[in-house]
Amino acid sequence: MPRQIDTAGSAMLQSKLEALGLKIHLSKATSHIGGDGKIDSLHFGDGSILEVDMLVISAGIRPRDELAKLAGLEVGMRGGIVVNDTMQTSDQRIFAIGECALHSGMIYGLVAPGYDMAEVVVSQLLQGARAFTGYDMSSKLKLIGVDVASFGDPFIAEPHSRSIVFEDAHSGVYKRINISPDGKYLLGGVLIGDAEAYNMLLQTVNNKIALPPHPEDLILGARGGEASEGAGVMSLPDEALVCSCEAVTKGMICDAVTELGATSVDAMKKCNKAGTGCGGCVPMVKDLINGTLTAQGAYIKNVLCEHFDYSRQELFDLLKINDIKTYSAALDHFGTGDGCEVCKPAVGSILAGLWNDLIVKQNVIQDTNDRYLANIQKGGSYSVMPRMAGGEVSPSQLMAIGRIAEKYNLYTKITGGQRIDMFGAHVSDLPDIWEELIKEGFESGHAYGKSLRTVKSCVGSTWCRYGLHDSVSFAIEIENRYKGIRSPHKMKSGVSGCVRECAEAQAKDFGVIATEKGWNLYVCGNGGAKPQHAQLLAGDIDGPTLLKYLDRFMMFYIKTADPLMRTATWLNKMDGGIAYLRNVVVNDSLGICADLEAEIELLIKNYHCEWKEVVENPELRKQFTHFVNAPKVKDPTMEFAEMRGQKMSKAW
Amino acid sequence: METAVAVTWLPVCQATDIPADGGACALVEGEQVAIFNFARRGEWYATQNLCPHKQQMILARGLIGSTGETCEPKVACPYHKRTFSLLTGECLNADECAIQTYPIKVENDVVYIGWA
Repeated sequence: MPRQIDTAGSAMLQSKLEALGLKIHLSKATSHIGGDGKIDSLHFGDGSILEVDMLVISAGIRPRDELAKLAGLEVGMRGGIVVNDTMQTSDQRIFAIGECALHSGMIYGLVAPGYDMAEVVVSQLLQGARAFTGYDMSSKLKLIGVDVASFGDPFIAEPHSRSIVFEDAHSGVYKRINISPDGKYLLGGVLIGDAEAYNMLLQTVNNKIALPPHPEDLILGARGGEASEGAGVMSLPDEALVCSCEAVTKGMICDAVTELGATSVDAMKKCNKAGTGCGGCVPMVKDLINGTLTAQGAYIKNVLCEHFDYSRQELFDLLKINDIKTYSAALDHFGTGDGCEVCKPAVGSILAGLWNDLIVKQNVIQDTNDRYLANIQKGGSYSVMPRMAGGEVSPSQLMAIGRIAEKYNLYTKITGGQRIDMFGAHVSDLPDIWEELIKEGFESGHAYGKSLRTVKSCVGSTWCRYGLHDSVSFAIEIENRYKGIRSPHKMKSGVSGCVRECAEAQAKDFGVIATEKGWNLYVCGNGGAKPQHAQLLAGDIDGPTLLKYLDRFMMFYIKTADPLMRTATWLNKMDGGIAYLRNVVVNDSLGICADLEAEIELLIKNYHCEWKEVVENPELRKQFTHFVNAPKVKDPTMEFAEMRGQKMSKAW
Repeated sequence: METAVAVTWLPVCQATDIPADGGACALVEGEQVAIFNFARRGEWYATQNLCPHKQQMILARGLIGSTGETCEPKVACPYHKRTFSLLTGECLNADECAIQTYPIKVENDVVYIGWA
């Protein structure tokens, strides 16, 4: 380790390991090992004693040169068989490679230089001319979960270089890079706690790539302003060594893409073994494959996954035309292999968008939330959320929620969508909880589905002195119209009774705001990680017209978006943007509006409360158990803690 | 090095208890075992129920499938989609440690787990 990282890095690594509960004894010279018949203690030179049950000795590299000594070959002062650049020992008929060989005073304890030495010997035996000229000892490893890496010359200091050091004792990250005095080149460095940049930094050293104007960005990332994209993998020279285990260069990888058609990491591994050693270069290999394809102008087809060579939209049309209603049939006709966690829910979403059949009939293709009709939470419990259309709830329903939550010991919280979520339900309690909720007049809230969640509303003209129209009634009408319909991703909506916009409708997938003359319809807004305001699709329209446009908009989205693509991203990727969407939905420029309306009408007609179906069906109820062979036993590992008088899930 | 270990075949549940092309968890000698009925391939698999990533008892509720040219059978953890080989238990898309797999057989519609 002292050959790899500097003092400050060592200190950071030490505190990081100590935070994991390890106790590190430094500068201890062991004088003897105590115990009778079995080890019980270590005695140190300073007189201190450490009680132990087990002793693991890390001996480093010790060259096994006994045979060489007996044979009279020259060995180094501290061991190791002396070899020249062609791996020949002092007897030129004998070669030595690996960690017994001493080359230019260095013993190499890594596998990669060993491979290299072997190739040199092979080359000599075949009258070739390859020579061994030393090896880059840059390395990256995980030490009990902590990233540790060093590359190039980690220690070089003034006046031969200047160092940029980033030290964050709070999160245990230490980064040092050494740059040439003129600031042009990277010479080496050390990374502790976060070694994500290792590959790129190593390439920057090895290929003498000119540094950007702010080299600190290399370890800190671009802060503010435009992210620098210049230093991508495609800017590396062809001779850049990408896979150091198997000595594969960037040029070899790009050639394999263009000449041999290796367009996946697996295919690349077969061509040149890139990424088959430690695997550390695989992300870079992937970027190089995609970069090469893009540079070639290759059409990178947006397919579902390795099992379906179609986009979601293509598959939607195929399943519709061929009247396919199950995942197995879809896979048999249009796919290969056995499916996976990507295509199963995606095809499930397409089938729901076509037929709106009961999803629990094919629950093994659904993600866990749709399989158990509840949202999985930390610790394996589920949350239960009945529908409260428009956020309206009666006092007696509130009391029912309170009673049921108390009975099953559930944590309750008002959600951002104006309804009440009940957390911490055991999977085997779900049908009982729902049986009681349904008796009280509730139905599924589809909080677990990629479907319409809620239509949030302000109180509107029924109470509010500013309200122009009855926003609550309209929100309830919209929510009930589209409830349960599956879409590529979840959808949220809101209706505001005036321009003050208390329902935040412009942050929703579709939002409605009352005007003096009618309603404004906004679409494709989004909260989340990248907030985006919804855009006006049509203004001052009446209620029935608004629902007609909404029908078309929603069905167009269901048919054409990629899996798990929210409406905002869908619009951002649409050629022509909102003007094009308005043409399709309002002006029927594609002549598909009659179809869209008929298709969504079928979905609306097929609505069912999934929980009602389960509660009334003993076979379906049976699937809600943790142990199939002990249905009454709850998961004993599920634990809860207490906070503010309610339960909460235990941290993981 | 491989060693042969004698296993005891424990009857665990009916074959019909495990949904086709899905999984369920069984309690075996106090341990949670995830049992998968890979009906599409006519194969059965058993692994530990614990996902090593966040230490959650969950794998039985994961989606199963296959990957690669060899159609390696796999299960995906519902929490963060770590995938594990049903044959070897190895994690296929991250650095998690491998999961335990168990011998499994079905005779007369009864599922047996081989317990070492």
